[in-house]
Amino acid sequence: MTIHVESRNGVCRALVTVEMTIYYAAQLKEDLLPCLELATTLELDLSQVRDMDTAGFQLLLLAKREAERAEKKLHLVAHSPATQEVLNLYNMAAYFDDPPRTPGLTD
Amino acid sequence: MEMDELFQTFIMESRELLSAMEESLLALEAAPNDRESLNSLFRAVHTIKGSAGMLELDAIVIFCHNIETVLDRARDGLVTIDPDLMSLLLSCRDHIAMLVEQVAVDSTTPHKPDTLQSCGLLMDQLKVYQVGVPGAVEKELWHISLRFDSNVLNYGMDPLSYIRQLKNIGEIANLVTLPNALPEAQHMNPESCYLGFEFDFHGKNIDKARIEKVFEFVRNDCTLRIVPPHSHIEEYIELIQELPEDKLRLGELLVDCGSLTRNELNEALDMQRLCAELRPQDGEHPLVCQLGDILVEQLMIPSELVDAALVKQKKALDNKSLEKTLVRIQTAKLDRLINLVGEMVIAGATTNLLALRSKDTALLESTFVLSKLVEEIRDSALQLRMVEIGETFNRFNRVVRDLSHELGKNIILSIHGSDIELDKSVVEKIFEPLMHLVRNSIDHGIESASVRQKRGKPAQGKLQLSAYHESGSIVIEVSDDGGGLNTEKIHAKALEKGLITATQTLSEPEIHELVFAPGFSTAKDVSNISGRGVGMDVVRRDIEALRGTVKIDSREGLGSTIEIRLPLTLAIIDGFMVKVGNTAYVLPLELVMECLELSEAQRLEIRDINYFEVHGTLLPFIRLRQHFRDKSRPSLREYLVVVQYAGQRAGLIVDELLGELQTVIKPLGKLFANLKEISGSTLLGNGEVALILDVAVLIQHTT
Repeated sequence: MTIHVESRNGVCRALVTVEMTIYYAAQLKEDLLPCLELATTLELDLSQVRDMDTAGFQLLLLAKREAERAEKKLHLVAHSPATQEVLNLYNMAAYFDDPPRTPGLTD
Repeated sequence: MEMDELFQTFIMESRELLSAMEESLLALEAAPNDRESLNSLFRAVHTIKGSAGMLELDAIVIFCHNIETVLDRARDGLVTIDPDLMSLLLSCRDHIAMLVEQVAVDSTTPHKPDTLQSCGLLMDQLKVYQVGVPGAVEKELWHISLRFDSNVLNYGMDPLSYIRQLKNIGEIANLVTLPNALPEAQHMNPESCYLGFEFDFHGKNIDKARIEKVFEFVRNDCTLRIVPPHSHIEEYIELIQELPEDKLRLGELLVDCGSLTRNELNEALDMQRLCAELRPQDGEHPLVCQLGDILVEQLMIPSELVDAALVKQKKALDNKSLEKTLVRIQTAKLDRLINLVGEMVIAGATTNLLALRSKDTALLESTFVLSKLVEEIRDSALQLRMVEIGETFNRFNRVVRDLSHELGKNIILSIHGSDIELDKSVVEKIFEPLMHLVRNSIDHGIESASVRQKRGKPAQGKLQLSAYHESGSIVIEVSDDGGGLNTEKIHAKALEKGLITATQTLSEPEIHELVFAPGFSTAKDVSNISGRGVGMDVVRRDIEALRGTVKIDSREGLGSTIEIRLPLTLAIIDGFMVKVGNTAYVLPLELVMECLELSEAQRLEIRDINYFEVHGTLLPFIRLRQHFRDKSRPSLREYLVVVQYAGQRAGLIVDELLGELQTVIKPLGKLFANLKEISGSTLLGNGEVALILDVAVLIQHTT
């Protein structure tokens, strides 16, 4: 499994345990999308994501879009420096409705 | 090229550019927001500066540079062109002209101190408009539009890395990631790329090639469009227009000006080729795929750029074809050619004569063809010297503008018949008299706005310069809608000057004619503009020197028209030869209306009178035999030749009609300068001399 899921009070917290790169992309897609079924609000914990490339980023985009379509909430939390950098480069932090956080201050 | 020649070219070019500059300035004054005028103004100054730089004419370079800076700011909208700046720019133009003319006189010595001083004064005035020039350069934002092909990730190329690379050479701003291409979840291949980006980019020394270099390896797997900094699109349009003309191909142009790189050009050329290949099958859509369209469609370059490039391309073609048809020739060479053609005409006439005598049909036939050809050569040779009068007319735009400002009058100049052609030497000599007439009209003719309104005329006065053809001559008119001539004042003045006596009864036109009398001037107050002692008599003298006439038609309160009538050519005319006694005379053929043989009865009838009834109207005539006091035996027959000039007809009684011939006018020597009726002489085929009659003068004798 690339994603470790914990559910608490209707909030589903999914911890991505691998780097979000093209090597894991297929697997991640398969694992990530079903998580949206689990709860109305999904928190995607990126703290363990040591590396992220465009393929990984696209999965975030996909997940966010699918969540919106299902009228659910997807929050990205605990960005790792690598994910933060990609979101900043693509100027997409705002899109994910998460104010960019300085690495090291994540919860 | 010799240094001297370089200077010559510079001076010639600068003169042309200066007149272009004046034109643009006046256009700009009429329409201050006209971008094209501003641009061409800028170009003119810029080109003069460039050429002056090559010749190390520092004074001109520095001066032009200062003007250029102001113009540049005007183009950026930082300076508005108000009347003050307009006047300043006009003075600057005049100053460049002065500097250039000083170089023309002597290119080795520096400019006179007072010239340089006024140079400095003008530059000080320009400074006001130059404030804030340094450091005012704004960020040049390139717009980059990027779409990746789906397979890039598989190839190990990550869009992220390109964005990072760009960040290394500059700054990215306003980046928008476009997720729109992301397919439905089940169809989304996580290893495919679906992203597109739009962003602005800026940095030091960034050019298109540099940006492209970043995408070098992903070139074939993405769609990259780089739009040059928007605020500088004008710059590129300008640049395209400034490029050397011989780079004809649009693509090359765009590559050269940096808004299109060779890669894009090749891509577009490939597409064009593809289109061309596809077209035959695509019968329903006979689309012509043009490079420009493709480039725009592909969003490679803003369409303004393509338009400008196309205009430029077309212009280059035009110029090229114009260049091919234009050759600069020294006038001396041209004159020699025309002289030779003149000789050929005479020699041809001799041959004709001999052929006629020989009665050899074959020879006659060949001489007939030959003389036809000679006639054509004559016409085309004369055509070489013809220039349009428009250029001369256009010089008056500035004159009218300046004078009317000076006098606080509002005057508009309209020009008609700019395309009428005149002999070059005539055009050169007509400027001064025209100048005098125009000054007169503005100064004395057209009233001030308040007077005009009182008289129920529009406040804006009208001055018109026009040229047109009329039976063998060219008519140039200077007309205004001013006050017209004051007949009474002229009459009084003429009396005072003793030009006429109190007992003389004169018609109104006759009184008006008096203004052409030497030393006549009615201006009460001698103004700066006209009335400097040189009167209309000088105008008349100048025009008569060109074998022309000048006439005035004035209506008091309504305005006046001065009509200048000039012969078409100076050198060769189609003549009609007549004979009186043993002397041959030539009349310009186009002035001959008809010829009548006088019967014995008619000759008796007119023996003591000097008019003759032709077609029910009375025609005054001159007996050339009497007029020239020919003492030879009177001939048994007489003919009446009806001539017409400037609407007046008269008859000339001659002994013999010898028919048409081409005549090369040879001026008479100074000895004959007093012979008004003779305008020149010509050599006949048999070596005899014939005198060319000045019909205009003869007609005056009859009235």
